[in-house]
Amino acid sequence: MILFLAAAISVLTTVGIVLSLLMPAIEFFREISVVDFLTGTTWAPLFEPGSFGVVPLVVGTFVISFWSALVAFPLGLGVAIYLSEYARPRVAAFLKPVLEILAAIPTVVLGYFALTFVTPLLRDIGIQVEIFNVLAASLVLGVMLIPTVASLSEDAMAAVPRDLRDGGFALGADKLQVSTRIVVPAAISGIIAAFVLAFSRAVGETMIVLIAAGQLPQITFDPRETIETMTAFIGATGNGDVPTGSIEYKTIFAVGLTLFVITLVMNLISIRLVRKFREVYE
Amino acid sequence: MTSLAASPGKSTRRDRVWKNRIFKAAMLFSMLVAFGTLAVLMVDIIITGWPELDRQLFSGPPSTVAEEAGARPAILATIYLGVLVLLLSVPIGVLTAIYLEEYADRTRWWNRLIEVNIQNLAAVPSIVYGILGLAFIVRGIGVGRVVFAGALILTLVVLPTVVVASREAIRAVPDSIRQGAFALGATKWQVIWRQVLPASIPGMATGSILALSRAVGETAPLIMVGAIVYVAFDPTLFGAYTALPVQIYNWTKQPDPTFQTLAAAGAIVLLAIVLSMNAVAIFLRNRYRKQW
Repeated sequence: MILFLAAAISVLTTVGIVLSLLMPAIEFFREISVVDFLTGTTWAPLFEPGSFGVVPLVVGTFVISFWSALVAFPLGLGVAIYLSEYARPRVAAFLKPVLEILAAIPTVVLGYFALTFVTPLLRDIGIQVEIFNVLAASLVLGVMLIPTVASLSEDAMAAVPRDLRDGGFALGADKLQVSTRIVVPAAISGIIAAFVLAFSRAVGETMIVLIAAGQLPQITFDPRETIETMTAFIGATGNGDVPTGSIEYKTIFAVGLTLFVITLVMNLISIRLVRKFREVYE
Repeated sequence: MTSLAASPGKSTRRDRVWKNRIFKAAMLFSMLVAFGTLAVLMVDIIITGWPELDRQLFSGPPSTVAEEAGARPAILATIYLGVLVLLLSVPIGVLTAIYLEEYADRTRWWNRLIEVNIQNLAAVPSIVYGILGLAFIVRGIGVGRVVFAGALILTLVVLPTVVVASREAIRAVPDSIRQGAFALGATKWQVIWRQVLPASIPGMATGSILALSRAVGETAPLIMVGAIVYVAFDPTLFGAYTALPVQIYNWTKQPDPTFQTLAAAGAIVLLAIVLSMNAVAIFLRNRYRKQW
């Protein structure tokens, strides 16, 4: 059946991804022990002798994701509450497509914007950042994630039955109390799913961090400094100069596998949460 | 919910008014950050890129001399990629959606697997698809770093989006339409082909265009499957290529400030392509929103 074959392509894609990551990664782990890879704190695969501790890349990834979550979570939730509870339907109908446009901006353009506009702006207001720094990349990445957080949270809030709000108003609650103590708690699993998905997208985002956060693998929690994320390493190393079969080539797959596992776990959590919140009111 | 009953008594009326005001201000601040950033980004890129947005950009090949550099091969390749992705992803995506919505028995484990799998694929970082392309298409099969390989990978990246949108469009067709057609003696395929599909075309078109606009703007997977820095000739289907987003990325990396201007000019072109696609999609959605 042709239809089933078409549907099977998606499964084949997953199998392909897993195989393409696993096979070179297994070869990699024959040469470098898994323990050294996961606990080593120096990442210098191109040096002789190379050093293959993935911790700086993972820390860099999570530092970037942390700061962008700090921007995206509250602001995205604010936008969602506004669109769902406060805005008149016509205003919301106008604003939602604009939000989609923000979500549609290619990330290479956002990276360019972070590097050439946000970083100089930060310096102008007196924050001494490196040319490539965590802060500018995270701010732009965070704003990029606002539509993701906002639209998923808004879906969850829209699923909260009107009766609950009316019940709150009848007890003398004002709009703020209804929004923050009834609607948000009732939609909380959907909102958390939105947060998890947004975080997972921050972890997987490549171009903004590659362009604006730099390629210096170091463990630092100072957002003014240059770092390197897992995605930036893959993007910078995979562009063609590395000979097939070399250890540098295999590191792409080992790091890719780490990235894939991290995002997979978060996606599954998010999918499960969304399903859970759907069961509540339907 | 117990705190709700207690708190109105504790706080005075003026407190409540102020709390509400502050909350509203915080929400408006969120809106301002989101939409303000969008506006500043547009203005900044247009102002920066405007001087280089000339005929040279559309007609010239890239060059190491910034003043002579253009993006003709990159723009052409991006158009080729877009057309190929559309031709590949729409049939596969729509067929998958028809299967999942009209045929699949959801109690079977393999159908549930396909479903969860598509949800997960939608959230896999695009650079991971790039690794898949690097391993299989470019080096494994030996197709090489060609336009067709890039299009295949971008198809896989956006396929989940097309499937999800098509499924929603099919699901929005009410069952009474199907039952009516069956009652008139139509076969299952006739019902799908003559009733369900025509009714869901606007929804599918919207989703496909949005997916396409994402494919056109994708950079990371194309870096992995070998869009090259300097391509001085017009691209062919099985030839070396560079795409517009990759070209912008390469210009961004150059130390010469003129290249930064070129990057902004390229970004204007890319934004124009992507945003006009989005505008068409939003228009289609509003125009053909059907109430059953």
